Amino acid sequence: MSNYGQPNQQVFADTLLEIGNRNRDVMVVTSDSRGSGKLIAFGEQLPDQTVEVGIAEQNLVGLSAGLAAAGKKVFAVSPACFMTIRSLEQIKNDIAYSDRLVRVIGISAGVSYGMLGSTHHSLHDYAALRCINNIDIVAPADNFETRAALNAVIDYPRPIYMRFGKKPMRHLHDPQKTQFEIGKAIKIRDGDDLTFIAIGEPTSRALEAAELLDAEGLSCRVVSMHTLRPFDTDTLLDAARNTRAIITVEEHSVYGGLGECCAGILMQRGIHVPLKIVGIPDEYTVTGSQYDIFDHYGISGEGLASTARELLGVNV
Amino acid sequence: MNTHELKLKSIAYRKTILEIIYRGGAGHTAGSLSCIDILNVLYNYVMNITPENFDKIDRDHYIQSKGHSVEALYTVLADQGFYPPSDLDKLNQPFTHFVGHPTRKVPGVEHNTGALGHGLSVSVGLALAGKLDGRDYRVFTLLGDGELAEGSSWEAAMSAAHYKLDNLVVIVDRNTLQITGRTEEVTGLEPLAEKFAAFGFAVRETDGNDVEKLAAILDTVPFEACKPSLLLARTVKGKGISFMEDVKTWHHKVPSDDQLSEALYELATAQTTLEEVS
Repeated sequence: MSNYGQPNQQVFADTLLEIGNRNRDVMVVTSDSRGSGKLIAFGEQLPDQTVEVGIAEQNLVGLSAGLAAAGKKVFAVSPACFMTIRSLEQIKNDIAYSDRLVRVIGISAGVSYGMLGSTHHSLHDYAALRCINNIDIVAPADNFETRAALNAVIDYPRPIYMRFGKKPMRHLHDPQKTQFEIGKAIKIRDGDDLTFIAIGEPTSRALEAAELLDAEGLSCRVVSMHTLRPFDTDTLLDAARNTRAIITVEEHSVYGGLGECCAGILMQRGIHVPLKIVGIPDEYTVTGSQYDIFDHYGISGEGLASTARELLGVNV
Repeated sequence: MNTHELKLKSIAYRKTILEIIYRGGAGHTAGSLSCIDILNVLYNYVMNITPENFDKIDRDHYIQSKGHSVEALYTVLADQGFYPPSDLDKLNQPFTHFVGHPTRKVPGVEHNTGALGHGLSVSVGLALAGKLDGRDYRVFTLLGDGELAEGSSWEAAMSAAHYKLDNLVVIVDRNTLQITGRTEEVTGLEPLAEKFAAFGFAVRETDGNDVEKLAAILDTVPFEACKPSLLLARTVKGKGISFMEDVKTWHHKVPSDDQLSEALYELATAQTTLEEVS
């Protein structure tokens, strides 16, 4: 097995085609985003299950809610940057508040569109959606999680948002030995010095850091917290109790995402553990590819290892 | 229901609307009076929606995009038997579901509205699903004229025409007033009929406070095959109560004791006149 697989977006599209062939109520709704969503094959092979609305994200979401009201299993697909802000009110009212079971899919999420600039970055989606009742949030870290999450959402009882990126992803799990459940984090490796809790595509960077630190005699746990809501509090508390420090890692603003979620839970339980939130800081985001931007903000193996040493007070 | 019965219903509904807004201490008075004849004809003459078939997909569907006129909707749904009329006393009472905009927690409400510019997209989705599945239900949606400034309505209009949704009937409550004043002074909408026609709708116009004309025109939907239908219902905000008619301040004003008495007297007089005519 090669260490790297496909882009999660490709796995999403391939899996959706399988699901769509099995279940004719599955519908894909796109906003001139079929190409970027890798959904051209879906549109060609299942034209009666494909709805195009043009570049109109508000209508994309509202129309999807209507299809869902008629019993369709709808995947509303658009770049995450537009989906979660341009049509936020439709997500809030027509899906979440009206309780319509639409699967809201943000493609090319985070800084996947690196060089296209901040108009095309979604560093706000976790924060925006965490404030809205009745929509769960999942960001798979690798191909296995992507495939498993998609199969899990077909009969999922609540509206849900999922985001995917464009780069080939490192395999993080052994599919034969790993269970995936929405709302249940996966421990990728164990350790007792520090825990990296990561969500989405930077999870592989956390694993790289743990591997670097292992060579230095530091034992680090790596958790894929693929679901931001419902949140796996037990896994967080176990990390806080059984390792000496926590670093959260996300492809999102440091405000309102995974890190602040963890901090809020720990603080309100009176649990004080050294904690560092690694994400995109509150500044005019630098330009570059997704990897350039990750590296710049310390979302890299070496960057995260360095943060870990600092947090643990280790001098190398 | 025949025309005479529909006319009597409209009077009864207006009375209920005023009473529940008075008792509830808040409500969109003039807009509810503006659209009540449309709801009356839809629920009592046109659509096949009942408490018994409401959980089935194969029935007509109604989404009230202008959610603020919820008192009209609550009144009609109570009359249709979705809940006892006594539940209308829950309007604006804390910890009940009878809030100032429709929610699905209230029996008979199909979609949560209140933020404007949403209902048409959802209706398009419902109508499209009906077409895809070969079902013969129709989707009716009521839009306010002021809400047509929301660009999302026009996104939805494009999809409705693109997918040739002749099972979709859009009714615009064209009372020409919004909270700030005349729609044409706030953000001009005209020529509205031509705009919808240009967007691919089959457009008809009628007096939206005349139940006979409403019933007659809605008997002819779809207005054209392969096109969504658009009924421009020319209405008067505050219709039926002389001192509320076409007065912008009644947008969400609550009648005083005296005003309620006067309004109910006007309605009683209209009812007497109607009964004498028959």
